[in-house]
Amino acid sequence: MNPTSAAAVPRLHPKARLQRDDVRGRDVLLYPEGLVTLNPTGAEILGLCDGVRSLADIVTTLEQRYGASGLERDVTSFVEALAAKGLVVYGR
Amino acid sequence: MDAKPLWLLAELTYKCPLQCPYCSNPLDFAGPRFKQELTTEEWSRVFREAKALGVLQLGLSGGEPLLRTDLEGLVATAHQLGLYTSLITSAHRLRKDRLAALQRAGLDHVQISVQAADADLSDRIAGTQAFGDKLAAYHFTKELGFPLTVNVVLHRENLHQVEALIRFAESLGAERIELANTQFYGWAFHNRDALMPTKAQLNAAWQVVLRERARLGPRLEIVWVLPDYHEQFPKPCMGGWARAYMTVAPGGEVWPCHAAGRITTLTFENVRDRSLEWIWRESDAFNRFRGEAWMPEPCRSCARRTVDFGGCRCQAFLVAGDAGLTDPVCSLAPHRHLIDAAVAQIERAAAAGVEPPSLTYRAAPTSRALTAKG
Repeated sequence: MNPTSAAAVPRLHPKARLQRDDVRGRDVLLYPEGLVTLNPTGAEILGLCDGVRSLADIVTTLEQRYGASGLERDVTSFVEALAAKGLVVYGR
Repeated sequence: MDAKPLWLLAELTYKCPLQCPYCSNPLDFAGPRFKQELTTEEWSRVFREAKALGVLQLGLSGGEPLLRTDLEGLVATAHQLGLYTSLITSAHRLRKDRLAALQRAGLDHVQISVQAADADLSDRIAGTQAFGDKLAAYHFTKELGFPLTVNVVLHRENLHQVEALIRFAESLGAERIELANTQFYGWAFHNRDALMPTKAQLNAAWQVVLRERARLGPRLEIVWVLPDYHEQFPKPCMGGWARAYMTVAPGGEVWPCHAAGRITTLTFENVRDRSLEWIWRESDAFNRFRGEAWMPEPCRSCARRTVDFGGCRCQAFLVAGDAGLTDPVCSLAPHRHLIDAAVAQIERAAAAGVEPPSLTYRAAPTSRALTAKG
């Protein structure tokens, strides 16, 4: 698989929906006949996958928010894993 | 243990214009047990209570759920609660404006059944002319932008069409095709000898699935529900009894799966009498096979008990006569010989060129006749 470009613009596939799971105190991504359990960081990344921000923008936003650096690899691999499941697509 | 349900299957009605002989509904679907369907308000309460218990995925099924004129309202209620809603339908008489209304109400996902890859065979298996409506509905479901699952139940009459069915789903732009080998409950158990395929048929179809999965990748998810009679180990049915899943039948009975109502040694509670929470947490039927304490040997000391949970309680009841036994599909089960005998009989008959018995179609008069016979 080609490495995803930092300029790629991820967004949720229309079949997938971010949902707060109050009972278990977590966020989940719901899709036909399944769900992915998200940790708070994962939910935050997906919240930024809005079809406007590029992967680079998302990394910058998170790094600024947390005063961190070097998040690119983690963010990219997280988004890529969901793209491989067809839950995230690229393009505005 | 603190199990919380994730899935609710709402069987809104057992009325259905189709007569598929493998229907998973109970044989006595037309009898008094299911006659008084839950009202709109009762279903809404069930959805609220389910969400509060932890349910996130809601299947709206039947019978044919479109026959409920309050379906739009039920979808709206479920959507406002944050449930992910799937409509599981035959699409019979479905029109685009109704599906658009369901979409406005918040419906997330549409699953439409088809009985075969061509109109003749599909209509013959459905027992009615249904293919034309389905074809139209597949197209307008995608035009509206829904994620689409093509649902197919596989058996000896249509297993040779697996490739055509996958190509059909691909041509529609479907996200998923569910190729569900017949599981023998309900009407399918009654028709078992007519529906069960040969090992050769299954192997050929499985090779097609492997090839098509490699060709299509994530473009089309091909779900293959195992033909468990032909397996060595049982399926992890429902992810374990009363762990993550429940069904509410049309009259309000609550079951740990859609086949469990057939287990006559359990008493099932009704949402008209009890809260869903009480039924899930406290009722005998839900606690009876929850966890591992109920397990007999060979499950009790088996490493696979955490993988398949002893298999299916309904199958143990139907085939071996006791829901508390190891699923007879398991090669280690004391009743495996009953499964082997059923499979061997099909192989012998096929090898000798004997025609399978005729199918009993799912229909209300037949249901009442069969139930009266006992």
